[in-house]
Amino acid sequence: MSKPQEAWSSRLGVILAVAGSAVGLGNFLRFPGLAAQYGGGAFMIAYFVSLVVIGIPICWIEWTLGREGGRSGFHSTSGIFHVLIRRPWAKYLGVIGFVVPVSIYMYYVYIEAWCLGYAVNALTGRLSEPGVNFADFFAQFTGAGQDGVALKFGLQDVGIFLVAVFALNFYFIYRGISKGIELVCKYAMPALIVIAIIILARVLTLGTPDAAKPDQSVLNGLGFLWNPGEIGRGLLNPQLWLAAAGQIFFSLSVGFGVIITYASYLRKQDDIVLSGLTASAANEFCEVGLGGLITVPAAFVFLGAAGTSSAVASGSFGLGFNVLPEVFARMPGGQVFATIFFILLFLAAITSSLSMLQPGIAFLEEGLGIGRRASVALLGLITAVGTLFVWYFSKDLKALDTIDFWVGTLMLFVQATILIIIFGWVVGVEKGWKIAHEGAEMRIPNFFKFVIKFVTPAFLLAIFVMFTLRSVFGWNFSFADPVFDPTGYVRDLVGDSPNRVARMTMGLIIIMTVFTIVLVNIAGKVWGRAEKLGKETA
Amino acid sequence: MILSVGFVTGLFAWCIFRVLRGPRDPQKLAHIEPIEESEADRR
Repeated sequence: MSKPQEAWSSRLGVILAVAGSAVGLGNFLRFPGLAAQYGGGAFMIAYFVSLVVIGIPICWIEWTLGREGGRSGFHSTSGIFHVLIRRPWAKYLGVIGFVVPVSIYMYYVYIEAWCLGYAVNALTGRLSEPGVNFADFFAQFTGAGQDGVALKFGLQDVGIFLVAVFALNFYFIYRGISKGIELVCKYAMPALIVIAIIILARVLTLGTPDAAKPDQSVLNGLGFLWNPGEIGRGLLNPQLWLAAAGQIFFSLSVGFGVIITYASYLRKQDDIVLSGLTASAANEFCEVGLGGLITVPAAFVFLGAAGTSSAVASGSFGLGFNVLPEVFARMPGGQVFATIFFILLFLAAITSSLSMLQPGIAFLEEGLGIGRRASVALLGLITAVGTLFVWYFSKDLKALDTIDFWVGTLMLFVQATILIIIFGWVVGVEKGWKIAHEGAEMRIPNFFKFVIKFVTPAFLLAIFVMFTLRSVFGWNFSFADPVFDPTGYVRDLVGDSPNRVARMTMGLIIIMTVFTIVLVNIAGKVWGRAEKLGKETA
Repeated sequence: MILSVGFVTGLFAWCIFRVLRGPRDPQKLAHIEPIEESEADRR
């Protein structure tokens, strides 16, 4: 691994790239929905506890392990584990670090295409036309109504936008770290924040647009999301903790294999402590400071408490692509604000999707010993097959949802657990601490040693077990009268009436995982030969 | 709301200030602070 390495051209560039990876649709759609659902007070306490106990420590761990692996010339999770642990099995712990980002990209780019498509349709005025049924528009645009119907290329179909964003992602990935990812993030992230502030100013100055409904004011909208409610009772609700910890976990992109890969392109003595904290802080600012003040208050002003509650209950896609277009259609200057809002979502999405490709590129390059052109072509082929699958099997977004749950949720927990165990127990906290502080511009408070070694793994394990019991086995969270009713994700695969698409999607995930294990095995031989050659030369 | 939004905004502003105030030459990013007290001579 001694060939000349790529690197970030500036420190701000890598911070914006990591922040760009973390800031996604969840910041503007999922977070406000959850905060409104569980009440601003108790949820935010659980949210910030999770940030300190899970989010920031795992971010620092990924930055540390990544930079250390990069020092030896490795950029993929498998390669980094291989060089850090020096055991034949170590490289297989990084399999998820390839499967997760590449699989998520397959459906995330589809959602990214929705954002661009909605921005264009908002710009042309289609979303502002009177009498538009936004649920029907969404079903037609995304193909959620029937399999295969989304394979069209009109302006009101996803096809043309999907091809465009897919090509755009691979164009920037082909350009490399500094001329591709860093360049995009350097412009996209500040633009995203400026757009969010413009929309925020619009929302906060809405006042009470309908004098006949004085309750539907922006102040009441903010109260709907942020009023503390019953904090003590809320904190006793395990589902609230699960939701808050899950949001922190997914929002910061920990366990994706992205931060560890990005950090591996740092120079040997670049700061990672302050940079890691800054990237996390940027994500939190976009999520709490911007996302928390825009979508739900805007919906409340035009739809009222009942309408907003049902909007929140409809999930991120329902809120973002059904409810908000309707809200913008009723808003003064709504066409402009709808356009820039969906541009904002598109920018948030593309900075994230780019980050999902780089771990795959890094692994193919260093594992198979192939060049950038070949690795981009191979990854393009793999992801094109997966994206085509998600695109065709669009009914009820079943393929997308199945990958999101089994890979984008469950596998993430496993990867994050592997990372924290490697740092805290294999590398060792003391050694890891020393590595983390090489070149550091600030020190991590010492109590984080205890947190990383004991609290984070225990908290993560508790959340993982709770999540699995709830979302897989359907536990009702009652010890006195426990009920286990397997969720749709399980019933889609086994049972009396399995879903054909869900089963095929699971097959795709298994093929992808087995394929990656084979690639990691080949990579291990390549690395072994290179090390042997290196020793002989020395 | 004020506490939550104020905290994340303050943290973000503080971090950006620290980053922008830091060394500009990427080649001089390293060894700003010694790793351990015993390595203070590297200061």
